[in-house]
Amino acid sequence: MRSFDEIEDHIDQLSVDHQSDLTNAAQKLLQLGEETLENWIFARGQTPTNETREGFRLLALHRQGARGEPSFNACRETCRELVYHYNLMAECNDEIQNARALKMGCLVAKHLCLFVSGKSQAEELGEFCCSSKPLRSNGN
Amino acid sequence: MPEPKKYKRVAYYPGCALEGTGHAYNRSTKAVGKALGLKLDEVKNWNCCGAMEVKNIDPKLQTYLSSRVLSIAANQMNHKVVMAPCNGCYHNLKKAEYDLTHDPDSRKVVKKLSDKAGHQTYEAGQAETIHALDWIKEAIGEERLKSLITNSLSGLKVANYYGCMYTRPRHIFPEKDQGPGSESTSQPHFMDDLLAVAGAENVNFPLKTACCGGAHTLSDSDTSTKLVLNILRAAEFAGADVIATECPTCHSGLEMHQIRAEKKFGEKTNVNIMYFTQLLGLALGLKPRKLGIHENISDSMQMMIEKRILP
Repeated sequence: MRSFDEIEDHIDQLSVDHQSDLTNAAQKLLQLGEETLENWIFARGQTPTNETREGFRLLALHRQGARGEPSFNACRETCRELVYHYNLMAECNDEIQNARALKMGCLVAKHLCLFVSGKSQAEELGEFCCSSKPLRSNGN
Repeated sequence: MPEPKKYKRVAYYPGCALEGTGHAYNRSTKAVGKALGLKLDEVKNWNCCGAMEVKNIDPKLQTYLSSRVLSIAANQMNHKVVMAPCNGCYHNLKKAEYDLTHDPDSRKVVKKLSDKAGHQTYEAGQAETIHALDWIKEAIGEERLKSLITNSLSGLKVANYYGCMYTRPRHIFPEKDQGPGSESTSQPHFMDDLLAVAGAENVNFPLKTACCGGAHTLSDSDTSTKLVLNILRAAEFAGADVIATECPTCHSGLEMHQIRAEKKFGEKTNVNIMYFTQLLGLALGLKPRKLGIHENISDSMQMMIEKRILP
């Protein structure tokens, strides 16, 4: 599993390098989102699920990570936007539209990575969000 | 559907930020309200809602602090509706309402502290808390608003940014997700609706409810800057001229970290940042100074002139 920093770098590269292979890029984008959430779930002492929700493992992972209290769900919509951008690329044959979707999808994936890494690494952020509290309570 | 009449005159809870960094939001909210014929009665002797700081240390104390504001509005001022334009205040007042409805321990603590402070205890259901977006949308409505627009925002591309607290957690906003006409927690649209009526073109902005990093600002400024930079880039990539905000914390975070991103990471972005009330005020023909546009860090005057929204 790659670290948050490595995931961030890969997202940046994907945004620039894969414009010619958009089908693969869409899959990679989704996978980077999943890896972000895997880091979060491992940090909580759990094993990331291989199940899917609405056809996507990313959404099942988010559901797994956000379970319990307090449940603010601040990255729920970011995950759903990532799936939406994946779907745009998977379903549309227009290369220009797909290239735009990839670029915006990368910004969405990056936000997810920055947000999850931020709440996982920095202490004293408060209990407003779903899972910083369990992380710190476990001494991670 | 709520009754529009009850929103025409409301108790106004500006909260701490609107007396400091969010002063332009305070000013533009009042100016727009006046232009629309709406009345704001500021909550007397209001206190901090408990914000993030108190909530982290003692959540029930935060519930009490928010309940005191509601108590003054309901019991001393006889108001049934409290309008809070700040997302943090709005969220905390809604959370207090939820806790007082569902948690007997919270009721006990609030009663004890209210007695000690010497004021009447707030009882759940005495007042309804609304945001500035609800206030304008419900009290005026889109058709009436359209008839009052004298300076269309036509040609202006807007990314509407709601931040994370306006819709979360979902269970404290029972009036949302109630079908047509109600606000959505996953795809909020009230700000989009109002600015579209004012003539603006709303761009598709996937980070409209993403975190601005406000809670990281002091403990980890770099994370905040990166989160904001990402929001600014996404708005630019979406084609926006301006990001419309409805929260003073998000607004000042976007403005300050836009500058910090350039200084610290050499990353310059050009998208402007304005409160939705400032944009609406311009569309209603109000002067920029009345709307506190000169108080913004992000200088949008030139852009407004180029877009022919200002002469």
